[in-house]
Amino acid sequence: MKMKKNFNGFDFLQNNLVPLMFIIICAICIPLSGFSTSYLLNEVVTRMGRNIFLILSLLIPIMAGMGLNFGMTLGAMAGQVALIFVTDWQIWGIPGVVLAMILSVPLSALLGLMCGKLMNMAKGREMILGYMMNYFVTGLYQLLVLYFMGSIIPIKHASIRLPRGFGIRTTVNLTNMRQCLDNEFAILYKGVKIPVLNFIIIALLCLFIVWFRRTKLGQDMRAVGQDMEVAQAAGINVDRTRIISIIISTVFAGFGQIIYLQNIGNFPTYTAHSQIGMFCIAALLVGGASVERASIGNVFLGVILFHTMFIVAPRAGVAITGDAMIGEYFRVFVSYGVITLALIMYEIKKRRARSHGGELLARAQREGGVQS
Amino acid sequence: MSKSEQLRQTRFGQLVDAFGLPRLIITGFLIFLFIMAPITGSDLPTQITNVINRFSWNAVLVLAMVPMIHSGCGLNFGVPLGVLAGLLGGTLAIEMGFTGPMSFVMAIVVSTPFAILFGGGYGALLNKIKGGEMMVATYVGFSSVSFMCIMWLLIPYKNPSIVMAYTGVGLRNMFALDSFYAGVLSKFLEIDLNPLGINLVIPVGSLLFFALLAFLMWAFLHTKTGTAMTAVGSNPTFAKASGINVDKIRLLSVVLSTWLGAVGILVYQQGFGFVQLYTAPLNMAMPAVAAILIGGASVNKASVANVIIGTFLFQGLVTMTPTVITALIHTDVSEVIRIIVSNGMVIYALTRKTEGAK
Repeated sequence: MKMKKNFNGFDFLQNNLVPLMFIIICAICIPLSGFSTSYLLNEVVTRMGRNIFLILSLLIPIMAGMGLNFGMTLGAMAGQVALIFVTDWQIWGIPGVVLAMILSVPLSALLGLMCGKLMNMAKGREMILGYMMNYFVTGLYQLLVLYFMGSIIPIKHASIRLPRGFGIRTTVNLTNMRQCLDNEFAILYKGVKIPVLNFIIIALLCLFIVWFRRTKLGQDMRAVGQDMEVAQAAGINVDRTRIISIIISTVFAGFGQIIYLQNIGNFPTYTAHSQIGMFCIAALLVGGASVERASIGNVFLGVILFHTMFIVAPRAGVAITGDAMIGEYFRVFVSYGVITLALIMYEIKKRRARSHGGELLARAQREGGVQS
Repeated sequence: MSKSEQLRQTRFGQLVDAFGLPRLIITGFLIFLFIMAPITGSDLPTQITNVINRFSWNAVLVLAMVPMIHSGCGLNFGVPLGVLAGLLGGTLAIEMGFTGPMSFVMAIVVSTPFAILFGGGYGALLNKIKGGEMMVATYVGFSSVSFMCIMWLLIPYKNPSIVMAYTGVGLRNMFALDSFYAGVLSKFLEIDLNPLGINLVIPVGSLLFFALLAFLMWAFLHTKTGTAMTAVGSNPTFAKASGINVDKIRLLSVVLSTWLGAVGILVYQQGFGFVQLYTAPLNMAMPAVAAILIGGASVNKASVANVIIGTFLFQGLVTMTPTVITALIHTDVSEVIRIIVSNGMVIYALTRKTEGAK
């Protein structure tokens, strides 16, 4: 107990190292970039509206002790498949978005089920497995979109098909759907557009997560996250609980990707999902989350800090070095670096906890031995 | 069920167990491709030349997986780090003005200290995070490659044949090695049957170089240190109890892997004829990991034989599918097949239960 008190300042620094670092980076880069406050605010608010839903989808697997769900990309791909169908059927605006979301559910759930089952077979290696699942399912996605759509699965409109007759063009145009959620009830305040409907949807998801934590299932997940063996002994079906957490995460990631893409207004069919997982995870970690702990607050702080850095880094790079590419590479380096740092810190902490647990056990055994 | 049938079933079951179902399927598929190649009208000797060539480019990179798997550090997704050391060695050797075969030797010499430095740091890091190596390795690879992206622009290279044409600042994305070390190994003792009317070219030099490294690796694994490495990988607690310095052995294995990664990329470049910089090193890890897994390695067990079989099977698949399958169904699905097979293989390996888990 005494030790703990002494370490508090150090612990605070260690736990909040990444957000503090980012605040410093942003503080240096913002004046250098020379962007106006209203432009910067506008950009950040727009990016909050389109990214937070995706990042929130990461929270539930963390709660269930499965680490950062690199497999969220699976949901994003399901969302894209749904969007391709909706585009082909020419259902635009909010009905199109809602229909795409409904369509994405069975596909996301199926992929989530597959991912969850495999993760149960590789306990302790969930993250690397989820990460590899991205690439594996990208292969299946390409098979579906590039070869099956238009040949086996009917695609009516030639405008989205490749000239050869099957497969989808490299860009899917969502012009008629562009920002339909963002513009609904949007408020313009001092030159900053606030996408109110997006924020309402995000608030609903936040409420859902808060509520979910208190349900029986949510409590079970936390128990599983704390200690799988204890949870099993307490009569919780560990494997099933873990699968459900991944399914929920994947389905939400699908919704999130649809919200994200309706804001952008078009998407590169074969690459739109590839970077999503990385950026969402980096943003969450920048907000001060770790592999085993993340809150809604981390999500909001993370989005603001990460995207501010993302907006200002290239311009600041030009100001410092005279080369735009350096700023570009710098922000990629920082995103990867943050994830690396968080993973290293998590593993070190896990190891320390394990050896601490071992020490306690040894001491207990020794004391027990003396008593008997 | 009759007795003989039962026996056969168990025998088949044993074969599947020993060889692994995915490996069996891939081998079968490759044999199918070799049979189909002449039928679909593609020239078999050309195909074999391609497969052997690509084998000779990639085999050393796959060999770089072995030491780390042996010492229990898992699949080396951090191979881009070794690749970076190789790239530094190659570009610096050229910058110093070496040409021809000498530039290849110098590239290896110059890259060695970098490999030891990078590998040492990387190994020390991996020792702190035992049990979570693979995920961290992946991201160490990513962040070091993106860091070097900045460095390729900032290091003041001067040689006009490798810097950007207009500004003269920063290295090019890709440059040819014609006047440097392109083909120094593959052209050495090359067997070319084209004058006899057969399109068969065997890069004997590259194969010999790989054979030398593979033999050294095999011999090393049978020395005292090598045996200690295997012990550390299969049962770290036992290894520690028998007085082996686990951390030191692991560090050594990581340095070895990184150095082989550096040499591997140089061998790849001399075969390919080009140097690719910036984000290209990221594409080197996955094929190597997939190849050794296809060859029969698991997350904590690998041998030189796995490297040879795996590289041959994987590169065979990569080179044969485009021509043969395209000729068969008139659609090029080879890229998709490659993605599904290589990543499916990694997932298969990760879901296997492994002994000696930490």
